[in-house]
Amino acid sequence: MRTHTSQAADRPAAAVIGDDGLDALIRALTEAGRRVLAPTEHAGAITIGDINGLADLPRGRGDVQAPGRYRLTETEDAGWFAHGPTAEGWKRFLYPPEECVWRAEAKGASWREEPTTTDDADSADTLALLGVRACDLAAVAVLDRVLGPEGAADPRYRARRERAVIVAVDCARPGGTCFCASMGTGPGAGDRYDLRLTPLADDPGSRFLVRAGSAAGADLLARLPARPADDAALAAAEATLNAAGQAMGRAMPADAEARLKRNLEHPRWNETAERCLTCGNCTSVCPTCFCSEVEDRSSLDGRRAERWRLWDSCFSVRFSYLHGGSVRESGAARYRQWITHKLAWWHDQFGTSGCVGCGRCITWCPVGIDITEEVAALPATAAAVPA
Amino acid sequence: MTGETHGLDRILARHPFFDGMPEGYRVLIQGCAANAVVKAGDYVYREGEPADRFYLIREGRVALEVYVPGRKPIVVDTLGSNELMNWSWLLPPYRCHFDARALELTRLITLDAVCLRAKMDEDPVLGYAVYKRFAPVVAARLAAARRQLTDMYGAPGS
Amino acid sequence: MRMAPADAATAAARPMPEPRQETAPAARTPDLMAPRPFTVERVTRDVSDTFTLELRPLEGPPLAFQPGQFTMLYLFGVGEVAISVSGDPDRPERLVQTIRAVGPVTRAMTALKPGAVVGVRGPFGRPWPCAEIEGRDVVVVAGGVGLAPLRPAILHVLARRGQYGKVALLCGARTPKDILFRRDLRRWGGRLDTSVAVTVDRASAGWHGQVGVVTKLIGHAPFDPEEAAALVCGPEIMIRYTVQALNDRGVSLDRIYVSMERNMKCAVGFCGHCQFGGSFVCRDGPVFRFDRIADRFAVREL
Repeated sequence: MRTHTSQAADRPAAAVIGDDGLDALIRALTEAGRRVLAPTEHAGAITIGDINGLADLPRGRGDVQAPGRYRLTETEDAGWFAHGPTAEGWKRFLYPPEECVWRAEAKGASWREEPTTTDDADSADTLALLGVRACDLAAVAVLDRVLGPEGAADPRYRARRERAVIVAVDCARPGGTCFCASMGTGPGAGDRYDLRLTPLADDPGSRFLVRAGSAAGADLLARLPARPADDAALAAAEATLNAAGQAMGRAMPADAEARLKRNLEHPRWNETAERCLTCGNCTSVCPTCFCSEVEDRSSLDGRRAERWRLWDSCFSVRFSYLHGGSVRESGAARYRQWITHKLAWWHDQFGTSGCVGCGRCITWCPVGIDITEEVAALPATAAAVPA
Repeated sequence: MTGETHGLDRILARHPFFDGMPEGYRVLIQGCAANAVVKAGDYVYREGEPADRFYLIREGRVALEVYVPGRKPIVVDTLGSNELMNWSWLLPPYRCHFDARALELTRLITLDAVCLRAKMDEDPVLGYAVYKRFAPVVAARLAAARRQLTDMYGAPGS
Repeated sequence: MRMAPADAATAAARPMPEPRQETAPAARTPDLMAPRPFTVERVTRDVSDTFTLELRPLEGPPLAFQPGQFTMLYLFGVGEVAISVSGDPDRPERLVQTIRAVGPVTRAMTALKPGAVVGVRGPFGRPWPCAEIEGRDVVVVAGGVGLAPLRPAILHVLARRGQYGKVALLCGARTPKDILFRRDLRRWGGRLDTSVAVTVDRASAGWHGQVGVVTKLIGHAPFDPEEAAALVCGPEIMIRYTVQALNDRGVSLDRIYVSMERNMKCAVGFCGHCQFGGSFVCRDGPVFRFDRIADRFAVREL
């Protein structure tokens, strides 16, 4: 990914911007030919979409999130970025739900490869991700480990990721199902951003402390109407994060990994399975769930063939299909697979938890199963494994 | 004759069946023992016959078969060196469960079950010692037979 | 064609000017998902539902592999399946793969004739520890088509026979006509330095070999349990019983290696289908040292 040198991060230290700065930022990104993605209001929810200017950003829109519940609220004075985690994260833009990964035309007994639309990095969307929450930034870091150079090195993911500019926006108020503080992923953005906006406690919806995290971010920042950040601004940003961290309504037990690994056989799995619909909503809204299906397709005349990568879910029975039957037939086994992979096995595979504490799986679960509650229901272990 | 008994003595003493068995009982059981040789293709016993002997296979291989009219017999198990054969002698009605046919030249030690059953009735400690050696064999054969039933190599989903 | 409606046209039509970043965009990395064409040179029908393909790359170098590895074999436009390499690792010029026709793709592959072209990705996965177990007795226990991924290991060991102690090969099959690689078994059994035993689950009187589960062979096989390393492949229940029987005889779990089977799709550790606890079977397996997976192995539906 792009190098984030400490030099670049230190350079213009920090500045404070208001509406005009935000407007200029979106303009600068658009004028650079980027596709600017940001939270937008769509179908009764805040979700990620294309924006052309500041007017497309939801203003004064908050949300009420609870297990199995999501509702938008109106608060005139709340300003920009007053909402909790968006209905879906950024995953679909860096790692689309459907992607052609190979294409060929029959030639004699063999075939001739043809480029797919995303083979060439130049044709990949050049993205600007604006308004990335700390949890979602942590999710990008997780995906980098899975699909980036540290992992399976998906060239398409890599091309999009390398070219994307990320503008993080810290949370002034956690959403109703958030628990990032206990995962160590928020409410303030960690690394891997180009610019980071922190709402100022005295006016969280319209004034932001801006910090650059890369050379590209510093260049952008230099072009914005801003005033230098004074100590009061730095303190106000700090206050925002402290308040947000303390307002979080739930926490993941610190020994989640050990609890799950030591309780692979536990009556709780069957109890949860009685509620779980195995619908897979949690896997599609999860910003780190990466499992995919490989599907081969062909034209009716058999002359052309394509290979597609499609999002898949460990909640489908077919997911673990082995000629003759599936390994994980019961709903209990499938729920256990999802949560143990996310919170326990992920550590073995990628050296990090797969959970970033965004709470989406709780909000969007049709029966309101709460991942933190599920872990807490298992016997605690003496040795807490840090997340 | 004495020489042969001596040989038998040695062979039996080495057989795992007698591991840990008091010397006196071993000698007692040896009193019921004799050597036998079966040619390839010959039957050691047949299903339904009185189970008045059991066998320790010294060398060779024996198939346990089920006779099916109009078809080749079905082989359900094969037994080889050092294995015990025909535990039916232990339980009423003392009838052989399968045909036992030698697959190759097979040397056996036959033990007279009628004689041994009488001795076991007289001496329950001897009876227990013998049952303790047969029960694991019966259990292992049952487990193996049930594993065979799983048809583990069969076409998946069939 | 089930081509997705919104593919090429829409995305390509979007004008994509600049911004050059400090990192040059990755040049076209050879895609791990792209199959490489191989010509079928020979097809051998092994047993009723199992056949072996000998393949040669259309161009480029042969596919070097290690015993126990697998490839993803692709039939143009039909689909892709994980298949064990069953050939001689010392002679990689021809890629030899043994296939059991059990699903739509493998059944379609039964129609392949010499001259046809299939796609190959791989080889993938961790191999049998042939070098690590030098100096030990070697017990190979194969169930059914599980002999296929073990064949390269057997060939490797026999080609370096002096590096190993006693070698015992124990094979289980459903019936006598399901015994894979009969010619190999006869040849290996004919060697004075190798013991080969075969047993079948069911047979009629024409069969002069052994009848009974494969675990029965373990008690009598000539190897020193304190010294031996065991390589086991077959259906998962066969692996379960076999590990138990080997362990009962005194082979410790850290000297037992098993080849696991799970749903392999991408084969490079990111599609998630083959997960087995914290392992991706495609990348961290398929060969595992048993003591490392013993806990997981016992958990049902994991």
